[in-house]
Amino acid sequence: MENAEENEAGEVLVKPKILTASERLAAKKRFRTQRRLSTMKNKVLRNAQWATLKKEKRKIKKEGQKQRKKEAEALGDKAPPKQVPRTIENTREADVTTVDQEDEEVTFDITHDEYEAYFSKTYEPKILITSSDNPHSKTIHFIRELTKIFPKSECQWRKRSSVKKMIESAKEKDYTDVVVINEDRRVPNGMLVSHLPDGPTAYFKISNVKLTKDMKYKNIIKEFTTHRPEVILNNFQTRLGQAVSRMLASLFHYDPQFKGRRAVTFHNQRDYIFFRHHRYEFKSQKRAALRELGPRFTLRLKWLQKGTFDTIEGDYEWIIAGKRHEMETSRRRFFL
Amino acid sequence: MENDDIVWSIINKSFCSFKVNTKTQRFCRNEYNLTGLCNRSSCPLANSQYATVREEDGNCFLYMKTVERSGFPRNMWEKVKLSKSLEKALRQINEYLVYWPGFLKQKCKQRLLKISQYLIRMRKLRLRRQKKLVPIQRKQDRRERRREEKALVAARLDSAIEKELLERLKRGTYGDIYNFPQVAFNKALEEEEEEEVEPEEYGEDDENEEEEVELDEELEKELEEESENEEIEYVEADSDLEAELEGESDVEDIQVYKAQSTDSIKENIRRKPRLEIEYETETSKSLKHKV
Repeated sequence: MENAEENEAGEVLVKPKILTASERLAAKKRFRTQRRLSTMKNKVLRNAQWATLKKEKRKIKKEGQKQRKKEAEALGDKAPPKQVPRTIENTREADVTTVDQEDEEVTFDITHDEYEAYFSKTYEPKILITSSDNPHSKTIHFIRELTKIFPKSECQWRKRSSVKKMIESAKEKDYTDVVVINEDRRVPNGMLVSHLPDGPTAYFKISNVKLTKDMKYKNIIKEFTTHRPEVILNNFQTRLGQAVSRMLASLFHYDPQFKGRRAVTFHNQRDYIFFRHHRYEFKSQKRAALRELGPRFTLRLKWLQKGTFDTIEGDYEWIIAGKRHEMETSRRRFFL
Repeated sequence: MENDDIVWSIINKSFCSFKVNTKTQRFCRNEYNLTGLCNRSSCPLANSQYATVREEDGNCFLYMKTVERSGFPRNMWEKVKLSKSLEKALRQINEYLVYWPGFLKQKCKQRLLKISQYLIRMRKLRLRRQKKLVPIQRKQDRRERRREEKALVAARLDSAIEKELLERLKRGTYGDIYNFPQVAFNKALEEEEEEEVEPEEYGEDDENEEEEVELDEELEKELEEESENEEIEYVEADSDLEAELEGESDVEDIQVYKAQSTDSIKENIRRKPRLEIEYETETSKSLKHKV
C-alpha cells in the first residue's frame, strides 16, 4: 500500500496520507478554524465551534476506517496487512547487543556470569539493606518496606561507615547482596545494589516512590504475608538489560512459594524499570485479578560496574554520565 | 590614651564603618575585634592597648597593639605565632599579656579555645566521607521526568503483568495448584492424542506381534486350518469363498480387535489397573467367535 511503510519487524506503520486537492482544501479550512478558535474570547461560542470541528474530524476518520475495511474485505487474502500506528517501541533503533533467544553463544554467556551460582540454586540470597547517614522518615519507611519485600533481608542503620568498609564487613558476615538507599531532600533518590562475592555493582536513580500507606486500599499491610514472591522480569532486551534483570532477580529467593500468590514485577520500558508488587488471583483461565500491595517505585540505571563498589578504580561496564551528548543523540535509542 | 575616649565618643554617637546594627545587638565587623561586639572595651579603634587571637590556615596568631606604636599604622599590630598545642599556647598568651588588663587576657584565651575547637572539628570532618553534591541539570531532570511519565503510560503495567501470569499458568509453572477443569481436560486430551499417535505407530507392531503370539499360542490349529484352506483355495472354489469369508472375518475381527485395543489403551491412561482384564476377556470372546 502506498501509504504504508514497513519497519524491521514486518509490521506496517502508518504514514500520513497523500491528499487530493479538495481534501487538502478542506484540511486547510479546518486548520484555519482551529487557529481562529484560540483567539475567540467567548467561551460558549468557542466551545460550540470546537465541538463542530471535532465532529467533522471524527467523521472523516470514521470514513477512512470504513473504506480501508471495505478494501481489505474485498481483497480478502490478498489484503495488505493491518496498519499499526507508530510507537516509540516499534520505531526503536536496533541495538547491536539485543539478545536473541535462540543464539546459543549469547545465552551461554548470559547464563555463565556472576549470577550463575544463584540461578543454579546453590545458595539463598541474604541481603543487607542500609541507607545514607541520618535518614529521614520517608526513607526509613521505604527501607522497612523493602525488608518486607525481599525475603531474608536485614536492615541496619549506617553509622558513618564508608561503603567499602561496609562491604567488607558484610562479606565476613555472609551476606550475598548489599543495597544502599541514598537520600536527598528527605526522600530516597538512589539505590546502590552490590552483589557481594566480587559481583557487579549497579546504581539506580529512584523516583516516584509510593509507600504502602499511601496506596488506595486501606489496611493493606495486613495482606503482606511472608510467602516468598515470584519475580516477573519484563522487556529486558539487550545484554545490559539481561545483566540488570539477573541482578534484580537474584535479590529474591530462587524458589518462590506459589501458594502465597505474591508477584513482584520489574518491567522495563524505555530504560525505566517500574517496580510493582501485587497479589494475584486467577479468576478464570483468561483473567487474573491483581491487587497492588506494597511500594511502587521507578528505577533508572545510572551505571553498572564490574567489581564491588569502587568509583575511583572500578571497571565500569556502562555509565550514562559524562557521555551525555553521545548517548542522548536519539530519542529512539534505549539501552536496556 | 586621651585619644581613645574622643575616638569612642565619635564612633559611638555618630558613624563607624565597622558597626552593624541589628534589633538587639551591635556588632563590629573589624577583623581585629576580639569579641565581635561593638563595645567600649572591645573596639580596636577606641583602645590603644589591644590584643586579639586570629587564625590563618590552621595556625593561631596573637596580635598585640600598644600605645607606643599607635603613630605607625604599618607596624601597629605585633604578630606572634602561637603553638599548636592548646596548653602551650595558653601559657604563651599569659607570658605575652602578663601586665595587660584582665578583660583582654580572658577574652584572648576564650577566643583561642574556640578557634582550636573548630579547627579540630574541621580536621575530623575532612577525614570522614563527605557528601558529594552533584548539581541537577534542570533540563535533564525535566526531560527525564516527562519521559518517565510517558513510559509509564506506554508500559500498561497491569495488562502486561496479567499477561505474563496467564502465560505462566498455561506453561504449567504453577503445577497442580490451580484446578481449572478446562486446563486439565485440554491438557489431558492433548496428551492422549500424542500418546495415541505414538502407540498406534509402535503399537500396531506390538499388537500384531501380540496377536501373532496369542494366535500362535491358542490358534495354531486355526492357522493351520486357514493355511490349509488357503492351499485349498487354489484348488477349490467353495472353500475359496469360505476362506475369503473367514479371512475377511479374521480381518474384521483383527480390525475390531485393534479398535478395541486402542480404546483399551485410552482407558489405560485413565484407569490403568482395569486394562488387563478387558483385554483378556475381549480376546477370548473374539477367539470364541472365530471358533
